[in-house]
Amino acid sequence: MYDMKALYEAGSVEEAVSLRMEHPEAQIIAGGSDVLVQMREGKRAGAELISIYDIDALRGVCMEEDGTLRIGSLTSFSHITRDTLIQRYINVLGQAVDQVGGPQIRNIGTIGGNTCNGVTSADSASTLFAWDAVIELTGQSGTRRVPIQEFYIRAGKVDIREGEIQTGILIPRESYENTYGHYIKYAMRNAMDIATLGTSVNVRLSADKKTVERARVAFGVAGPIPLRAVTAEQTTAGQLVSEELAERFAQAVKEDINPRDSWRASRDFRLHIAVESAKRAFLESVELAGGAL
Amino acid sequence: MEKHVMQYKTVHFTLNGKEVERAVDVRASLTDMLRNDFRMTSVKKGCEVGECGACNVLIDGEAFNSCIYLAVWAEGKTIRTLEGLLGPNGELSDIQQAFVDEAAIQCGFCSPGFMLTAVEILESGKEYTDDELRKLLSGHLCRCTGYENILRAVKKTMYRRLGKPLPEEN
Repeated sequence: MYDMKALYEAGSVEEAVSLRMEHPEAQIIAGGSDVLVQMREGKRAGAELISIYDIDALRGVCMEEDGTLRIGSLTSFSHITRDTLIQRYINVLGQAVDQVGGPQIRNIGTIGGNTCNGVTSADSASTLFAWDAVIELTGQSGTRRVPIQEFYIRAGKVDIREGEIQTGILIPRESYENTYGHYIKYAMRNAMDIATLGTSVNVRLSADKKTVERARVAFGVAGPIPLRAVTAEQTTAGQLVSEELAERFAQAVKEDINPRDSWRASRDFRLHIAVESAKRAFLESVELAGGAL
Repeated sequence: MEKHVMQYKTVHFTLNGKEVERAVDVRASLTDMLRNDFRMTSVKKGCEVGECGACNVLIDGEAFNSCIYLAVWAEGKTIRTLEGLLGPNGELSDIQQAFVDEAAIQCGFCSPGFMLTAVEILESGKEYTDDELRKLLSGHLCRCTGYENILRAVKKTMYRRLGKPLPEEN
């Protein structure tokens, strides 16, 4: 038995919104792989829960008319990895979420829950930052869209307002078109572990594959919330693809990131693996984009 | 102190091929319900935080840790536990027999969970490499066998079901 005071179940987004208004103190639960574990630890003892797990309308990936890729917030990690649209347009996201926990966790864990936790180590978050994802929230007065960088406010705190739930994650066409990316999770174990550092890089090359048109890089656990390394991104724009560029790009990430000492790893070690991961992920992305080194 | 109001919900689902219905306390995990209301004692209570895989069951064909799954979410689902793998007269299924043959069981606590993940792997009808199998089995902890015999049992059954000979080990 979980130590909960009451459970309210929503079968639709509308029901979820009205339950949120009726019970503002209640905690939203999607797949529950964080919320229920926290309840076991006693952190949310006696809480009221609003379960949105049964809202099937929030599952699945589709392409909208304007070319925006929509990921329903309740889509599980394993379904994201197996999805053909994800594989075609943002394969790196499928690879990143395939490194969350273990197989059973990837069957229950949702991308909406992963982002709503506001945790810097979330395996989906750095890739979503690096692809300028947009978060869709639905409340009483309809939907609003927030760039993911604004959605994260501080550690553990995201911009979900009264009566709202997160209903979708959107990848704009501008982000995925002709763009290839790679994610590196650095952790102590290969399974059932939390990232010591997560690095997601993507690049778009010129038509002749010789020049970097755009490179983007985002990190998890390099600061209290996921973050982009803008200085590094700028060093590559319009530059010829080379090993030396990868090195310059990687060194520049140190300008933007601010990792901390924790029991998992020291700040210095995180800085070291950030540089190395950025370089490797950049080179891999260039290769995926068809660039020659 | 505030009085706690008991909250129940009736859930209907298919358990090992049989349609069932139960009124459950909404605070129950699926492990609680399967063990206490249905006596499915193959579903083990291990870590109870989704790390060890001992409580694993198949829900609509996918593996889930039932300890971090609300019992009320079972509504309308098709759930299989290890008990459902047995034949009509209690015969072992191929994957269970393979675990026995390969000495993939010692204390047995992790075995039901492992075998159900193995069923999900086998039912995909795909041929996996050893590395892929290791990853697919990585959501289970076993403190007895060192995993090699478990991997071998799953691999052997996979090849048998695919109708292919087991490749020679290097």
